[in-house]
Amino acid sequence: MKAKGRVFKYGDNVDTDVIIPARYLNIQDKKELSSHAMEDIDKDFVHNVEKGDIMVARRNFGCGSSREHAPMVIKESGISCVIADTFARIFFRNAINIGLPILECPAAAEFISAGDEVEVDFDTGVITDITTGKSFNAEPFPEFMQKIINSNGLVGYINS
Amino acid sequence: MGMTMTQKILAAHAGLDSVKAGQLIEAELDLVLGNDITTPVAIDVMKGIKKDTVFDREKIALVMDHFIPNKDIKSAENCKCCREFALKHEITNYFDVGKMGIEHALLPESGLTVAGDCIIGADSHTCTYGALGAFSTGVGSTDMAAGMATGKTWFKVPSAIRFNLTGKPSKWVSGKDVILHIIGMIGVDGALYRSMEFTGDGVGNLSIDDRFTIANMAIEAGGKNGIFPVDDIAIEYMKSHGNRPYKVYEADSDAVYDEEYTIDLSELKPVVAFPHLPENTKTVDEIKERIKVDQAVIGSCTNGRISDLRIAAEVIRGKRIADNVRCIVIPATQKIYLTALEEGLIKDFIEAGAIVSTPTCGPCLGGYMGILAKGERCISTTNRNFVGRMGDTESEVYLASPAVAAASAVAGFITAPEV
Repeated sequence: MKAKGRVFKYGDNVDTDVIIPARYLNIQDKKELSSHAMEDIDKDFVHNVEKGDIMVARRNFGCGSSREHAPMVIKESGISCVIADTFARIFFRNAINIGLPILECPAAAEFISAGDEVEVDFDTGVITDITTGKSFNAEPFPEFMQKIINSNGLVGYINS
Repeated sequence: MGMTMTQKILAAHAGLDSVKAGQLIEAELDLVLGNDITTPVAIDVMKGIKKDTVFDREKIALVMDHFIPNKDIKSAENCKCCREFALKHEITNYFDVGKMGIEHALLPESGLTVAGDCIIGADSHTCTYGALGAFSTGVGSTDMAAGMATGKTWFKVPSAIRFNLTGKPSKWVSGKDVILHIIGMIGVDGALYRSMEFTGDGVGNLSIDDRFTIANMAIEAGGKNGIFPVDDIAIEYMKSHGNRPYKVYEADSDAVYDEEYTIDLSELKPVVAFPHLPENTKTVDEIKERIKVDQAVIGSCTNGRISDLRIAAEVIRGKRIADNVRCIVIPATQKIYLTALEEGLIKDFIEAGAIVSTPTCGPCLGGYMGILAKGERCISTTNRNFVGRMGDTESEVYLASPAVAAASAVAGFITAPEV
């Protein structure tokens, strides 16, 4: 499985309150909810994101609340993969559980810039910045997490 | 190699003699928790799982607390969805208006969380129950759904950081100051993926409410859980709040910790976390400028317990909330509310010019009951001060103890009570 797209870049400690503010958590409709993705940190994100694009951030991405709405709106907005130095643990679980591919790779997170064209190979963990020509190796997931991702999340995994 | 307290609880719930850090295990759950924001998503996920039953109707707790009493039509629809699910599956521990309270104060108070338990909750502050010696951790709605359906979940066994607490905190220094001091020291990802295990003689000098506050904010350091040894204070609390049997686990003497810190509680001072991260801490006496506040919030799963209200009332009693400051007091449960009423604390708050709300998470996450306008500033006993957490993205939240929030509400600027 591969992903390819343009990069949206953010910094350290992007919390779930800026990914999807709590004032919208009464909304159940995924499309309506995702129209507010990243609103409090990047008002232009929802207008500029295209299917397949990649999000890159630094340390502790997704810290804060347990709201699964956070990875959900990122996935729903069309993002194909999130790369960061580290992820907050509940966000990490939630992303795997809903089938949003995420990769921990500090070097890629440091050197990839906003707007770069990036390709990710999930089978090998190789991240290639096509714009700069640099490539990086992310730690592959343990086999059973890979199975959950390949089943499009925990529900698919349990059912299979 | 010895095991930490957390590892021992996880091993027991995975049916294993021992586990080690990094190991993937499947654990049996004693309780699965959800609230009015996360449960509707979990119910939707359950529709996708080919199993329309719950593993044990007595081991699921659904607490309507974030946006209720319903703040709008959408919130009402969400609660209705939870209510119908609870009725359909005959969930014993469904808490709605009249019975509800903020989940992490309500469940221990109802005797539903005891030492030795393995608990997941679709709320990040589920780590609170570590105060009683339980392993408890926050998860998302899909994990909650799978937990409700199967009674099991997977964990990666965490390593741990040990915090050796010594000494006795001085007057006006509480559990909130201890945990803010620790987060300031190790950072908001200082305990990422790991347990925070609190030990030492100083634990005996912390009330159970102080311990709830400390365990509650383990997640604010990125921790998987925060956990305390089970002593007479914890046992007394469990015995007076329910009759579920508890089990005491102790860390092995040769348990391995990634890091160890010793903190002398007697040296701590009141701490404030500045916007927009809980790690941006200063002691109150380090603050040289006069930081005016528009609002003070005293409540939440972190600091809405009876001892928090007693401290706030002690500071506020007989004084007036400063002009142009809105002081909002939110008892965390009905029982706490009633106790505060019987003790005259509610009268103290109202006579001083504060308002008292029914239990709700309300303003903590910017839901309702005290949203901030652009440029406004709040001193709050809640747990997060992220951008836009309590309202406009240009508003500010300063985190502090009930004593500091109350003193600041009276002064009109951030300060601590005089010693």
